[in-house]
Amino acid sequence: MTAFLVVLVIILFGVTVFQMSRIFNMSKVKTIEGAEIANAKDNNINGWLMMMFVAFIYIILAVCFIKWWDVLLPKSASEHGVKTDQLMLVSMILIFFVGIITQWLLHYFAFAYRGDRPRKALFFADNDKLEFIWTIIPVIVLAGLIIYGLFTWTDIMNVDTDDDPMVVELYAYQFAWRARLSGEDNTLGKANVRLIEGINQLGVDESDPNSKDDIVVQELHIPVGRKILFKMRSQDVLHSAYMPFFRAQMNCVPGMITQFAYTPTVTSVEMQNDPEMVEKVKSINEIRRKNSLALTANGEEALEPYTFDYFLLCNKICGISHYNMQMKIVVDTPEDYKAWVAEQETFGAAMEKENNNI
Amino acid sequence: MSAHSQDLALDHHEDDHGHHKQSFLTHYIFSQDHKMISKQYLITGLFMGIIGIAMSILFRLQLAWPDHKFTVFEIFLGKWAEDGVMDPSVYLALVTIHGTIMVFFVLTAGLSGTFSNLLIPLQIGARDMASGFLNMVSYWLFFISSVVMVCSLFVEMGPASAGWTIYPPLSALPQAIPGSGAGMTLWLSSMAIFIASSLLGSLNYIVTVINMRTKGMSMTRLPLTIWAFFVTAIIGVVSFPVLFSAALMLIMDRSFGTSFFLSDIYIAGEVLHNQGGSPVLFEHLFWFLGHPEVYIVILPAMGLVSEILATSARKPIFGYRAMVASILAIAFLSTIVWGHHMFITGMNPFLGSVFTFTTLLIAIPSAVKAFNWITTLWRGNLQLNTAMLFSIGFVSTFISGGLTGIILGDSALDINVHDTYFVVAHFHLVMGISALYGLFAGVYHWFPKMFQGRLMNKNLGYIHFWITAIGAYGIFFPMHFIGMAGLPRRYYTNTNFPYFDQLTDINIVITIFAIITAAAQLVFLYNFIHSMFYGVRGSKNPWNSNTLEWTTENKHIHGNWEGEIPHVYRWSYDYSKLNEDETDYVIPGQDFIPQNIPLMENEEELNH
Repeated sequence: MTAFLVVLVIILFGVTVFQMSRIFNMSKVKTIEGAEIANAKDNNINGWLMMMFVAFIYIILAVCFIKWWDVLLPKSASEHGVKTDQLMLVSMILIFFVGIITQWLLHYFAFAYRGDRPRKALFFADNDKLEFIWTIIPVIVLAGLIIYGLFTWTDIMNVDTDDDPMVVELYAYQFAWRARLSGEDNTLGKANVRLIEGINQLGVDESDPNSKDDIVVQELHIPVGRKILFKMRSQDVLHSAYMPFFRAQMNCVPGMITQFAYTPTVTSVEMQNDPEMVEKVKSINEIRRKNSLALTANGEEALEPYTFDYFLLCNKICGISHYNMQMKIVVDTPEDYKAWVAEQETFGAAMEKENNNI
Repeated sequence: MSAHSQDLALDHHEDDHGHHKQSFLTHYIFSQDHKMISKQYLITGLFMGIIGIAMSILFRLQLAWPDHKFTVFEIFLGKWAEDGVMDPSVYLALVTIHGTIMVFFVLTAGLSGTFSNLLIPLQIGARDMASGFLNMVSYWLFFISSVVMVCSLFVEMGPASAGWTIYPPLSALPQAIPGSGAGMTLWLSSMAIFIASSLLGSLNYIVTVINMRTKGMSMTRLPLTIWAFFVTAIIGVVSFPVLFSAALMLIMDRSFGTSFFLSDIYIAGEVLHNQGGSPVLFEHLFWFLGHPEVYIVILPAMGLVSEILATSARKPIFGYRAMVASILAIAFLSTIVWGHHMFITGMNPFLGSVFTFTTLLIAIPSAVKAFNWITTLWRGNLQLNTAMLFSIGFVSTFISGGLTGIILGDSALDINVHDTYFVVAHFHLVMGISALYGLFAGVYHWFPKMFQGRLMNKNLGYIHFWITAIGAYGIFFPMHFIGMAGLPRRYYTNTNFPYFDQLTDINIVITIFAIITAAAQLVFLYNFIHSMFYGVRGSKNPWNSNTLEWTTENKHIHGNWEGEIPHVYRWSYDYSKLNEDETDYVIPGQDFIPQNIPLMENEEELNH
């Protein structure tokens, strides 16, 4: 139906254009020189349209904000993310301020000085003072922004080992994720794709004693309030570990180990019960309910209702199923985390079982 | 070399005054006349543009209605869209080829190629390019590369689909994605030929601007268009060879078993022998071209817009020297900011800091340019022709898109918006739409120079502009929001993330605006083709402009000027200049003084 409507709109539009051009052609009695050059009337109409256009820009901006404010990411669930959001807010206010003023000036001038026969343009070729002012203002503002940004950046990227971060490996391959917890010794065993064999899907080195207590999982749990140092590896092509709720992202590069660290501050349960999130999930489920109606009408299965969970997704084009490469992340209280870890099988135990079977 | 060819051009001119009969082949096909070559560039570029925009409509339909079956998919995509369901691999191919075509074939060759060729000789007062032959070779290499690129759409396993940035290992390994087979080979061949074409063209432009300016045309009297083309050509010569080296190494990795970019890879159940290479190296090489490339795209548009704004405002461009300085500053900075595409690639965070610093610096010359353009409008007598509207539109989208660059250039903020739709919205506004506006402005303004004095229909032009202007913001404003919601780009569908269900509405809005905007381009196409044959002929200087191209006759001759080449006595921005007593314009009743008019008695001499 929609496709039909779209095609119809296009066809009608084509017809309109064709008819309009015919009218234009007919209305031209005899082509006169200068007929295609803007006259006072054109200047006037387009000048007014410029004013309407700047209004359109402001309106579309306002509408977007009012209508779609709720689609933006919820409050940050990591410690550094709060600072990032702060910096984002400052930068946003700045660019909105500059944008609104400059767009106004541009379009207002286009309207106010629209061509008119008696008007004489001002021969105004240079003004060192003005140009100095609008060079120096961006210099100062940007200097401030650069310094603010760089402090935030170094803060995020420089991992202080004194914090005793918990080391976790994120392992990417077409088209899924695995996480490897470093176990009690908090040290990951060595690994290389050349060692991939059987159930050892991550190519962990069995002979490395550090690997014994490593735990490979498909769903990552992390304790709240503890700094997590992620070490990223990729098995085949570039991937990117993007964790939007934690304002965290790092590429996974075959042949090297990259890293990113953050401290989760909001447990999954807390986030699920956050009023903003409750509202959001409600609206998502409303959309899903409507979509389900259409599906069940066609005899297809209805969509499952949605509950919020943190996730990790791939954000670097990696192949056909790039769009569905995700992993669930659960932020637990330290007690819950301990209980969860205790249930998991270590790499050493898994390999022993496997070897005994053979 | 150049002096020699100028002599040739002169001789040629004196021998036959350009009146000799040329065969169809030498006139329309293997022409060495810069005006014909510019038209060839433009029409090839527009043709590629139609393909690129049509592709974007296909994948926009998929994004807005992922569960819907479209017969239009089946028509255009054949076996890749059986029953009207688009295959995920062809979705990736569409975004890849859309990006490649729009960036390189439309906005590099179609914009810079067209107007550098048309305007450099005409505006500096030369009979032709330094080497007409190289110029012809440059176009034909571009044509061949276009043909190869279009052919790659029809190979068995599909065209290149690793994204227009073709990061290895994805682009290097056919096991990783079908498009990395023959499609990728053709993509790389096409780009290698394209780079050769671009280099020949650029060298020619540089030599022509340096050596062949007419008497009196000092560098400080050059119109800003020429400055922009000149600097663009220099950036091209500096950075394109690096892309060539990257492409060459990628070809070696793909076909000859080297490991420049590959290491420790386990794919399709086996370990590859490659060891020691790094994909990050490729990213460095790619973006060493890739970032200057966006300035290669935008600088010519800036030049065209500066010229059109001044002419149509009937005012000199404000701060000519600052404009030239900012072009140079942007060009210099553009070669040392590439790392801002790589903040989270695993590059050393300290390097990230350096690139944040240089990146935000580039905002300064850009801001100066924007302010100068706005001031150029102030107290002007604006003639709102279509070209002028597109120029004003350019400044508007350049500001909107440029401002979000402040967010992306800040490494700390980039972490969370990197590779989301926020980036897509940013660069489409600041370089895609802006550069296209520059292209349209240029076409509307210089159409009479290309097609023997014919003008494009202004009313159709107005319709084209206003729909496009509204559509462009309608597409890309909302897109920032889905980016800030955390939605990654290059996702075939978002339905696997129920969390993103809220974004469906926005995607539909974007697609509807995209369809309307694309339809408006048909108005342009109709206007372009119709005016080419039936356009009203204007005078030889329809916009009352100062630059030298408008002193040539409407009828094209090889050699541009019938008699002697005009000499230049002033800069090109003496619009609305008053005489010393401030009673009237310098030339009574005429608000412009072309560059070839000597200084008048009653006129104050400025330092140009």
